[in-house]
Amino acid sequence: MIENNTREKEEKELSGNSRRDFLKKSSVITAIALTPVAAVKASDLKLDEKLSDAIEQMPLSIEINGQQHNLKVEPRTTLLDLLRERLKLTGTKKGCDQGQCGACTVHIDGVRALSCLQLAVMNDGAKITTIEGLSDGDKLHPMQEAFIKHDGFQCGYCTPGQIMSAVACIHEGHANSETEIREFMSGNICRCGAYANIVNAIKEVKEGGAI
Amino acid sequence: MNNFQYKRVSSPAAAIAELSKDPAAKLVAGGTNLIDLMKYGVMAPDKLVDVNHLSFDAIKKEERSLYIGATVRNAVAAGNADVLKYQPLLSQAMLAGASAQLRNKATMGGNLLQRTRCGYFYDISAPCNKRVPGSGCAALEGYNRMHAIFGASSSCIAVNPSDMNVALTALDATILVSGPKGDRKIPVSEFHRLPGTHPELDTTLDRKEIITGLVIPDNNFAAHTTYLKVRDRISYAFALISVAVAIDLDGTAIRDIRLAMGGVAHKPWRLTEAEQLLKGKQATVENFKMAAELAMKGAKAYEHNAFKLKLAPNTMIQALKTASGVKA
Ligand SMILES: Cc1cc2nc3c(=O)[nH]c(=O)nc-3n(C[C@H](O)[C@H](O)[C@H](O)COP(=O)(O)OP(=O)(O)OC[C@H]3O[C@@H](n4cnc5c(N)ncnc54)[C@H](O)[C@@H]3O)c2cc1C
Ligand code: FES
Ligand code: FES
Repeated sequence: MIENNTREKEEKELSGNSRRDFLKKSSVITAIALTPVAAVKASDLKLDEKLSDAIEQMPLSIEINGQQHNLKVEPRTTLLDLLRERLKLTGTKKGCDQGQCGACTVHIDGVRALSCLQLAVMNDGAKITTIEGLSDGDKLHPMQEAFIKHDGFQCGYCTPGQIMSAVACIHEGHANSETEIREFMSGNICRCGAYANIVNAIKEVKEGGAI
Repeated sequence: MNNFQYKRVSSPAAAIAELSKDPAAKLVAGGTNLIDLMKYGVMAPDKLVDVNHLSFDAIKKEERSLYIGATVRNAVAAGNADVLKYQPLLSQAMLAGASAQLRNKATMGGNLLQRTRCGYFYDISAPCNKRVPGSGCAALEGYNRMHAIFGASSSCIAVNPSDMNVALTALDATILVSGPKGDRKIPVSEFHRLPGTHPELDTTLDRKEIITGLVIPDNNFAAHTTYLKVRDRISYAFALISVAVAIDLDGTAIRDIRLAMGGVAHKPWRLTEAEQLLKGKQATVENFKMAAELAMKGAKAYEHNAFKLKLAPNTMIQALKTASGVKA
């Protein structure tokens, strides 16, 4: 928490400065760094870190599960890493990190996508829903209920991705038959092989018409 | 992933300017191929230019053709009413590719330029002329099960992995591009290239050019199209062999036909001679077999992909049967 606060404060301090300003300051810092005293002082003030932050970080305004976040991120930060490492929303899982397993599935502006292949900066202004944002407070989403009822998981690692994908599958209108469900859920791999139960859960929610 | 600069552009001119001034810059659209390759260290652009805010997101039925913008998502195009009505083969091929999540982000431009899935291209410790020109080709003597049977060279035997591109090739699409010297149109058959001695070049697109969209001319194929994809599992895998068929059928007579194959070459493989053979003939299994035999002329297998020499004609015959409705 303390760390987070410090970080946010630093971000605020930096936000008024353009990249060019910092490049200018960079040469100043290189110059003062020649004197040992100044070098110690610079390191005390974490100037180096601030400098690299400012050069490499970009502003990002993103809504996650209804909450607005104004952040600065490195361009290479994936949406998945932003969620898990920075915002501690660890419900979204990292399986392969290569687009091959679906564990990282989230909704971006209501559409399912793989957060491991999304750069966070490309989602400036977007609304993200993760598994943490699916339930209505303590009341589980009907798809979450159905996964529990039908044993739609064993180890549970793929489950957040499966559930996010399953909700989208129904919204897209791609859950009209077992074959269609299987085809449109094929981007979510379950190493425990809970597929039959997952299909049953989706069928029930679809037929129940709750979503 | 190496760090890089990120720049959002709002005009094609700005995108072209970025590419012109920085040889190590790359465009990013859906990111589903490029980000993956950057994680593996296969590609390391120092700047990403985000084209998602360019206004190339329309699908328009024009007088004699269908236009699809470069940033239209694959899922959107595949479900679009005009695409389904006028070019159902394209929709079928796109739905056979990747997964729902990936198709929601993947764009037309990005799919046209997606890079090979050759394992040695991805493995930065292996020689690969496509990744590092002049370093050699590990696939030639390696595990080349997924590799080419047509048009390969001693420099590269990788295949183009796209499903969409196979359909676009069968449908004679034209790719619309824009660059520092202005706009030009590239027939899809001339867009992707064979490896020759320069496998590092997948296409004839210049480094400073951007894709703005594509156009598919109207045709009479909509009632008889099939995209048949054979892969190691039933969904969410790249093609071992795929065949795109579009037939203009008059009763049982083939008035016109288009055939293209995927998973067999460095570019989508149009089967012109087989088309010529079938044009004007009856849709019979016998004729399909003859066409398949002709299509396989010149095919060459490597140590691990000889199965493709059988799988390819069989897939072609099956696709022709399905598209024409001929049973036996
Ligand atoms: C696990 C997995 C499975 C897959 N399975 C399949 C499959 O079965 N079949 C299949 O066909 N595909 C498959 N794909 C690939 C997928 O279709 C491609 O990744 C996607 O089409 C690329 O589009 P994109 O917009 O995300 O491209 P990006 O990754 O954004 O870009 C790809 C390339 O295109 C360039 N580019 C993008 N837009 C433009 C433009 N407008 N002008 C010029 N250059 C541009 C970029 O610079 C980059 O070099 C799979 C991908 C994954 C990760
Ligand atoms: S972690 Fe994103 S698809 Fe596997
Ligand atoms: S429940 Fe274990 S991976 Fe799906």
